[in-house]
Amino acid sequence: MKKNHKFRNKTIPLLTTVSPITIWLILLVAAPLIYVFYLSFQSTDGYSVVYKLTLSNYKELFNPTYLEIYSNSFVLAVLTTVFSVLFGYPFAYHMARASGKKKALMMMLLMIPFWTNSMIRLNGWKTILGKTGLLNTVLEKLHLINAPLEILYTRGAVLLGMVYILFPYMVLPLFASIDKLDFGLLEASNDLGANKVKTFLHVTMPLTFPGIFSGTILVFIPSLGYFFVSDIMGGGKSQLIGNLIENQFKAANNWPLGAAFSMLLIILIIIIVSIYKKCGGDIKDLGVM
Amino acid sequence: MRQRKKSFGKTLSGIYDLLIYGFLYLPIAIVVLYSFNTSKRNIVFEGFTFQWYFKLFQNDALLQAYGNTLIVGLSSTVIATVIGTLASYGMSKYKFRGKNVIDSLLYIPVVIPEIVLGISLLAIFNIAQIPMGLISLIIAHATFCIPFVVFTVNARFAGFDRSVEEAAMDLGAGRIKTFFTVTLPIVMPGVIAGAFLSFTLSIDDIIISFFTTGPGSNTFPLKVMELTKTGVTPDVYALSTIVLAVTIGIVILSQRDKKPKSK
Repeated sequence: MKKNHKFRNKTIPLLTTVSPITIWLILLVAAPLIYVFYLSFQSTDGYSVVYKLTLSNYKELFNPTYLEIYSNSFVLAVLTTVFSVLFGYPFAYHMARASGKKKALMMMLLMIPFWTNSMIRLNGWKTILGKTGLLNTVLEKLHLINAPLEILYTRGAVLLGMVYILFPYMVLPLFASIDKLDFGLLEASNDLGANKVKTFLHVTMPLTFPGIFSGTILVFIPSLGYFFVSDIMGGGKSQLIGNLIENQFKAANNWPLGAAFSMLLIILIIIIVSIYKKCGGDIKDLGVM
Repeated sequence: MRQRKKSFGKTLSGIYDLLIYGFLYLPIAIVVLYSFNTSKRNIVFEGFTFQWYFKLFQNDALLQAYGNTLIVGLSSTVIATVIGTLASYGMSKYKFRGKNVIDSLLYIPVVIPEIVLGISLLAIFNIAQIPMGLISLIIAHATFCIPFVVFTVNARFAGFDRSVEEAAMDLGAGRIKTFFTVTLPIVMPGVIAGAFLSFTLSIDDIIISFFTTGPGSNTFPLKVMELTKTGVTPDVYALSTIVLAVTIGIVILSQRDKKPKSK
């Protein structure tokens, strides 16, 4: 009798608190992804999905046109990550070492741009970088150039847009790990005769590696999929994996092929996350954005 | 000499930080500036005017899109906050079978690219025959917001002393009363942070909305995306400027409220 009472005692609150999320995650995260996996083995009649098992979508993935897009997309994602770390690290470091009030102010100033829609901000860049845009006008007025520079609608512009949009996602985890750093260790290293470069390479960097790695994941993965950045900044000239998926689910209306492209991304992410875990990264760190 | 070197380094890092902020704020400054531009095309600044701030209120499509963004943002935030807070409560209090599964499922929306989540939701809405519109947008947004609420509330529960709940119950408060009068107030900062994060993610979302919206239920980011092809008009910039001013106002006010407490 008592046991029964105890059982009821735990079961009802457990069910009321945990079942909504369980149902939600099964129906709207697990089921959709399983369905996309299934979809990637189907074919199409050009209008709707034909349910007949086939591997042709996976064969299509090796089409040379797509291979080039993957490599472009991969290179862009790597460059976006590298630039974000290079520019973000010193900034996050300064922020972590600032005094309480200044730290809060710096953080606030980093977050405010978030609330102006990224679409709007990219349009701001378009105005700056365009052929008759602000930058070209200023450079011409200063007689530094004779003809307007082609900046917008190049790969460089896509890279700039990507770094711009994803920068805070790199800085926040970097800041979180640098902020935890015991700065006494750096002094100790200095006192023991290591110069600044040596201290950075052998003390600071290894200790803040978790931040670098989680920032890398939070920047690298989205930069493969943010098709709107390449649409706006690249004028649709440079395609990313994200554009391929978007196109199959919208204009081309070939969902099974789009699903196969998505599986490619999922496999890539599984590889990256396993490396992250193997290097001692905690998946929980990714959630503290 | 050493002192000088140190202050030189400080100046240098100060300049560096200013350059980074310059990079972050330059396009926003342009948006604000061009919202006062007399020219309709956002290319050259021709002269100063307030007209776009009035014309904005005649642009029904734009206002409706912004209204949709707010409706979706608020509704998905409420759903995500309720489900996420309950889940965090249950998962931090009880041990049960399948907890690991829920834990892993929670990280999926965080690590998979938004585009993959977007198309998979589109596909499942399609076979479940859920009509595409505000409802599908709200469900989709709540899906990517729930994990963030769970994580922020979990952080609060990590330092939570369960004995206060037991004390309340020993003193005769029921389970529900205990939850609302003891537990919830203690974890409230985490709940608020989670809700705030959800709302921020929702109103800025482009990719998931792009796949889960239907005809006639454009959100503001999607409207801007559509306009980008033909050219964004200054009234859109005027609306963004108003939103920016309001958010900065809220930030300043919330900072003011905090100060007396810390003193």
